[in-house]
This record gives sequence, structure tokens and C-alpha cells, in this order.
Amino acid sequence: MSMPNAKTNGDAPRIGVYVCHCGINIAGKVNCSEVAKFAATLPNVVVSRDYKFMCSDPGQEIIQEDIRERGVNRVVVASCSPLMHEKTFRKACMDAGLNPYYFQMANIREHVSWVTQDKAEATEKSKALIAAAVRRVGLHQPLEKRFVNVNQDVVVVGGGIAGIHAALTLASAGKHVYLIEREPTIGGHMAKFDKTFPTLDCAACILTPKMSDVKSHPNITLWTYSEVVGVDGFAGNFKVKVKRKPRYVKEEDCVGCLLCVDACVFKNAKFDDEFNLGLGKRKPIYMPFPQATPPVVLIDPTQCLRLAKGKCAEKCVTVCEKNAIDFTQQEKIEEVECGAVILATGFQVFDALRIPKYGYGKYANVYTSLEVERLVNASGPTGGEIVLRDGSKPKSVGIVHCVGSRDKKTNDYCSRVCCMYSLKLAHLVKERTGAEVYNFYIDMRTPGKGYEEFYDRLLEEGTHFIRGRVAEVTDWAMTPEEEGKLIIRAEDTLIGVPRRIPVDMVILSVGLEPHADADAVRRLFGISCSHQGWFTERHPKLAPVSTATDGIFLAGACQGPKDIPDTVAQAGAAAAEALAMVVRGHVELEPNTAYIHAELCSGCRTCIGMCPYNAIRTDETSEFQVSVVNEALCKGCGTCVAACPSGAIEQNLFTDGQIFEEIEGVLSYV
Amino acid sequence: MDYLYYPGCSLKSTGRPYDESIRAVFQALGLNLTEVEDWNCCGATAYMAVNELKAYALASRNLALSERQGTANDPKARPEVVVPCAACYLVLCKAQRYLAESNGNAQKIRDALKVGGLKYKGKVKIRHPLDIFVNAVGLDTIKARVTKPLQGLRVASYYGCQIIRPYATFDDQTNPQSMDRLVEALGGEPVDWPLKTRCCGGSLTGTIEEVGLRLSYILLREAKKRGADVVITACPLCQFNLECYQDRMSQRFEEPVELPVAFFTQLMGMAFGLPENELGLQRLFVPLRPAVAAQEGGQHVHA
Repeated sequence: MSMPNAKTNGDAPRIGVYVCHCGINIAGKVNCSEVAKFAATLPNVVVSRDYKFMCSDPGQEIIQEDIRERGVNRVVVASCSPLMHEKTFRKACMDAGLNPYYFQMANIREHVSWVTQDKAEATEKSKALIAAAVRRVGLHQPLEKRFVNVNQDVVVVGGGIAGIHAALTLASAGKHVYLIEREPTIGGHMAKFDKTFPTLDCAACILTPKMSDVKSHPNITLWTYSEVVGVDGFAGNFKVKVKRKPRYVKEEDCVGCLLCVDACVFKNAKFDDEFNLGLGKRKPIYMPFPQATPPVVLIDPTQCLRLAKGKCAEKCVTVCEKNAIDFTQQEKIEEVECGAVILATGFQVFDALRIPKYGYGKYANVYTSLEVERLVNASGPTGGEIVLRDGSKPKSVGIVHCVGSRDKKTNDYCSRVCCMYSLKLAHLVKERTGAEVYNFYIDMRTPGKGYEEFYDRLLEEGTHFIRGRVAEVTDWAMTPEEEGKLIIRAEDTLIGVPRRIPVDMVILSVGLEPHADADAVRRLFGISCSHQGWFTERHPKLAPVSTATDGIFLAGACQGPKDIPDTVAQAGAAAAEALAMVVRGHVELEPNTAYIHAELCSGCRTCIGMCPYNAIRTDETSEFQVSVVNEALCKGCGTCVAACPSGAIEQNLFTDGQIFEEIEGVLSYV
Repeated sequence: MDYLYYPGCSLKSTGRPYDESIRAVFQALGLNLTEVEDWNCCGATAYMAVNELKAYALASRNLALSERQGTANDPKARPEVVVPCAACYLVLCKAQRYLAESNGNAQKIRDALKVGGLKYKGKVKIRHPLDIFVNAVGLDTIKARVTKPLQGLRVASYYGCQIIRPYATFDDQTNPQSMDRLVEALGGEPVDWPLKTRCCGGSLTGTIEEVGLRLSYILLREAKKRGADVVITACPLCQFNLECYQDRMSQRFEEPVELPVAFFTQLMGMAFGLPENELGLQRLFVPLRPAVAAQEGGQHVHA
């Protein structure tokens, strides 16, 4: 695609300035007509106007008419942030036959009206910014956008319900997906749940069919027990390095018959079972859970006698008819190329040990909610029996909400899912044990389809609700009834009385947190995160699954706490956005690349080491071994421009001349 | 090692056994204590509530005096001042932070110090004796000094609120451990209980007795229930509340709560084999000797 530029080459600048009111967003603080009048007095400005909404169709037409009728060949719009509407106005210029880079925006909303109290000050500051933009735009050059072809494959990182749903959506649209999961099986947290709120349908019944679809889909390459360790390239052409951890079992040969597990020299399962959060035991060779996908076993090398000590009867090898056991397996790195990446890395639950006053780790019968999910689950360590550590059934159970949520000492945000899953657990505990169940809550938060109705149902079932944040879980008894019980102390804020409720079992409704290594992951993919560590979307409302890095999309709880319906909806959206990008077939790259004046370059190679994108190399054929920039790789960060000791590097849209003019514009305005 | 010593008012009156036993135990460990000259009220409780600025000024004067005294011979010295009373300890720590924040009021305090011919550069390190025993001296050294291990003595360590909250300078805020580890080093048996930092009643015992007594009673009752032979404290007010009102508690709650309540340094002195009158044991209302005597020869009263 070629961009129009003939019209202005060689012509003197004829600048049009357009001051936007943005309704009252700008006009409420800035005297827009005064600013427009001022702009008209600036050199080379041939027309200056103010208008209610410059971004509207009539607004854009005003600019286009001036380009056509009045010979305007440079455009300055003073409105919002370029992030919001730069593209809009560049396109308007282009449609009117002007090169889109003969355009400059002055941000008088985010930088002025929204952050300035005084009206007169806001007006003057707007004038200064416009003066700067006018000075700068005079030096703009016509530029061409670059187009790069897009690899059609997509990498999905994380095999929980978000990653599974995104992968299946993309695969059924005909795209090839690499689904990469660091655990030995996909399924994520959802695979650990028994029932799901508010419908109480069984989590396994709705999840496992999707898991086996992933396994059997011809368009999905499933790599479990694998982690992304490196990402290179850019939107449309990523290279993703994946570490594949050894299972010591050939995945393609194992049929999941489990004969090896029975045969293992360890007669009894004695090692903590990760899938059951240590509530159950497993052997060194194991399958995480019966519906694990892929349905293959793996060996823990720290526990297996053959791998840890080098000595074992190797009964697993003897019994395996498929010869699938392979003690020689090594970790290996594989690289895949893709056009887009969907991050669906999920969350971790809050570590209840961080709040010692709730007694987790101290009192045996204080559990986290995730542990209770395993106890309730028919395939869990107790076969679905909700029992205390001594095997007896609890007669009374307290559920403590907001553990590690809405708390300035731990996490200040609401984890969104805990009220609902606490209600679900309350229902299941009551149904299966007949125990009295006490919910200690701060506020009940049940906004969702059928959620409030579920809360109503629990109220009618006779679950107790005590409004108050729990002060402590303790074992000091004041009355004979409290002896031998766990006592939950809380102020019941509805009746204004401190209460002590003795119970047999305490469930801590732990909140959701970003993974401990979320920061390393986001650095790997070059995206940002909130101060809490959740990955940041490009726009909280209008681009909720994109990130500030083109080609990287977000799905599920890695972006913030989410329940299953929201996670699946977001995963579908992320898949659709990724699909839109790869189907288009090419990406446009901004022409704001750096270029090197060969006659000034001393060949010192400082820039080569500084470039974060490996976009600069030495031109071996040149006489002085000068550096050259590969435009396809350059992201326009400007690092090399600043670093070059000879001042030989400049960057399109940010030339020294343009920047100095801009500064002059602000400073010369009085 | 030389330490400055800020006893505060309690240790000169109701908490005298704390003062006596600290001096004796420090000496036994070869540590030198020099009292800060011309020290004044730390500015605790009442002052803090009535006029914060004056309270900080009072506390800061003590810090300035300590700094001057501690750097008299060596301007580069970083003097450490031992502050045994929990209330003094907290207020001095608070003032230290307040001055470091350098807000407008901190300047007012500096000006006030200047009028008194003093200045404070923030060089003083404020330390609780418990912190010194556990972290500076070390439990191994303490263990080696023990001549009469407290064998079989079940000790409930009661930390109170102020030495660990809000700053947690040397121990955990919710489940402190240092005093329990010290008891182990002395040969005693720490009683695990969840009320280590629960309120003793503070000054409520003197103002709203009904509330204060109940809070103290809960502590003694639970310590007794868990088989403690003695409760030890690191705060003169805690010790006072828990020890001096036992008869009234027993009467009001119709349950005997008699239990020796000593300063942790007194127990250290006994394990070190120091003379009892040097440890102020004769000043306790509920004598400690019978509880300890019962253990001698490895006998356990609750066995």
C-alpha cells in the first residue's frame, strides 16, 4: 500500500490547528475558542478552529475539507491522548490525500484539563502545547507504514480452563495451536474442584470432555510439563523457546495402564500428592489424577530410587509392556514460531500461613478452601467424605471469608470468587455432613447470573451468616462447650457484639493471587502488570484481552481474579482477537524506526549491544564497518539514538530537529 | 560490651525487681550497663494521648542524652541503649522514627532540644533486653552460663503488646518466639499458648477495673489451664496487672487464679544461680521460689 505524499513535497507548511472540546472534558477547564484564536497567530498556521468533538465524523470532515479546499498540508489536533485517537486523525488525513505522518497531536485532555484545577492555567498550558506541536509538525516528513506477514500458528501458555478454551476455539477455526502447560497435566485449578457455583454441576463432567478434545484435536500440539523460557521477535513473528521437562516416561508410548505404579518398589504411597495438596499420598511414579491429560505417568526424580540413588529393582520397567519407562530422558529446549501468543497462566491461592492468627498450619482442622475442594471431591483423598484429620465427621464448620483479600496487610483487592465458592462449600458441607455451618463475611458479593439466587437458597437452607471479619481462630476455651473445639472470634457487626463460635472445622476462604513468578513471566513476554502483579490489559473496558505489546493476548485469571464463566468468556475473546490478527495475514508496523547516518557512524558498535530487539548489525561490506538498522525488527524505542556517541542515529518521528522545535515551541510561549 | 541503660520510672518503683534482675543478669553475662545521666519521663501513655508533640519532645531528650553520653569518648560510636520497659521501648522507637521522617514537627522538636543545649543525629540504637539476650548475646552463650537449669519448669511466656507491635523490631508480631527460645535455653519448658500478645488490661485495671480485671483473668486462667508453673513478662505494667490483682480476680470470677508472675530476667538469674535478693525475688507478691523448688531434682508438680 502506498501512502499519498505528492501533494506536500517541497511546499511550505500550511498548518491547520483543530482544538477539540471533548464535550466538557476539555472545554470545562480550557477556553477552547481563546486557544484556537491564539493558534491562528502562530507562524505557518493558515486555519485554526475549535469544535465540540473533533473525532466525530463531522469533526473529521472539517479537517478533510480544509486539506482539500484551503491547501492545509500539516495538521495539529489538540484533544486527547494519542493512544486514544492518533490513528483516527491520521486516517482522516490520509483519506483526504495527505500523508498521515504530516499530523501531530497535542494532548490537552489527560495532560491538561483532567489534571489542572485553574481554568486560566489550563488555557495557557494548552496554548503552550499547541505552540510546540505547530513548531514540530513543520519538520515532519512523509513516512510509509511497513507491513509484515503473520505466522498463522498461535501459542497458548497455560492449560487451565482459560487456555483449554482458547486453544479449542482457535483450533476449531483451523489454526494450529501449541498449548504449553507447566504441570504434568492440563486442567488447572478447575480440575481440582468438585462442584461449580451456582448451578452445582460437576466440574469434572464439564471439564474433562474439553481436556480430551484438546488431546485429540489434530490442530493442537499439547506440551505438558513444559515451560516457556524465552520469547523473541514481534507481533506476527514470535519465536518461543520451551523447556520440556523429563517425565522419564515416553509420552507417546505410555497408555496410562498404571501397572508400573502398582509394581513400584514402594509398596505404599508415601509422598505428598501435589494434586491433592498433600492431603493424599502418591508413589514416585504416578499419574496426577485419573482423568489427567495426557493420560500418562511421570516419575519424580528426587523420590525414585533408580533416579535418586541409582539403585532399584526397576520393577516398573519390567512390568511395562510398552517399554515406555526411560531413565535417560533429559530436559530439552524446543523452539516454536507463532504469530500470536495467548497468556492464560492463571493464579495461585493466597498462602494462609501469612495470617498466623487464623491458625492454619497450627491447628490441624483449619483447612484452606482449596483443600476442602479436594475433600469434597469424589476422586479426592477421602473419596468425597468431609472428615476431620482424625477421620470423624465435623458437627460444626466455620467458613472465614476474605482470607488474604480486602485486607491492607495482605491483598487490598476483592478476589471476586470467594463469596460464591464459600456458599457452594457451605451447601456441600451441610448436605454431606449435616453440620451447622457458619459463614463469617465482610460483605456478601454475589453479582452474577443466578448468584444472588444461590445466596438466597443458602439462607433458606439454614446456613448461619455472621457479618464481621474474624479476629482469630484459637483453642483457648472459656466454657465447657468450647473445650476441645476451635473457637472463631469475631465481632458480629449487625448486632454489635463480639462473638465466640466453637466449631470442629475451619475453612479459610483464601483469595486469588498472581503466581509467585508472574513478574518473571510478564518480563519474558514484554508486557506490564498492575502493582498487585496481575497482567495489564491494553484498556480496561475497550481492549480487555489485548496487551500493550501487539500480538500478546490475555485470558483468564492471570489478568485479575475471575470465576469460570468470566474466564471462559475472556478466553473466547482472546482467541477471537488472536484469530483476527493472524487471519488478516499481515501486521502494520509504525514507521518510527531508527536509521543510521553512515557518514557519521564510527563503527563503535555501542548501539548493537544496547538494542533490546537485536535489530542492529554491522554492515561488513562497508568500508568503515558501520552499523545498520533492520527496520523489520526495530521497535522504535530510541535506546540506540540516545546511546550513539557520534550522534549518528536518528529516529523517524523523533528527529533531533523535531524534538528541539517542540521544546522551543513550549519554551518560547510566554 | 558496653550498653547505656534507660530504666524509666517503673523500674524505679513498682518494677524494681525488673531493674535489679536486669543489672544482675547483665553483670553475670559480662555486659556493662551505664545509666543514662539525667534521664526523664519517656513520654508514654498519658502524655502521648494528651499532647503528642510534648511526648515526642520528652522521648527525644532521652535519645539526645544517650547519644551525647555514648559518643563522648568516640564521636563515631553507635551507642546502644537498653530499654526494658515495654512502654518506654515503644515510645523511644516511635520518637526515633518520628525524627527520622523529618516533617515540620520533627523540626520543632529539634528546636526544643537546641534550647536545652542538645541535638540528636539519630545514632542511638534502641534495644530491648530480650533482643540483646537472644540476638546479641546468643542462646548458646546463655545456655553455657546456666548453672541451675529450670528443669521441668513449665513457663508461659507473655510478651504483651508493646515490644512487638507495631514495629516487630526483633520478633514476630502475631506469634513471637524469642522468650520461649530463651526459656528453652534456661532448661525450662515453654508452654505453647495462643494468648502471648493478648491485652493484659493495660491501664484499664486502674480506670475501668471491670474490663481490666477480666482481661488479666483470661490470661492467668488459660496459663494455669495449660499447666504453667509461672508466667513471665517483659513489661512492668503486664507484670503488675497479672500479679497484684490475683486475689480480686479469684474472688470476682470465683475461680482460683494464683500463679507466680515474674520478670523473665528473674528467671534467667535463677538459672544462672544468682542470689535471690539480687534478683528482687523477695519483692514478688506471689512467691516464685515454691514453684521452682518443686522442680529441683527433676520432680514435676504436675506430673
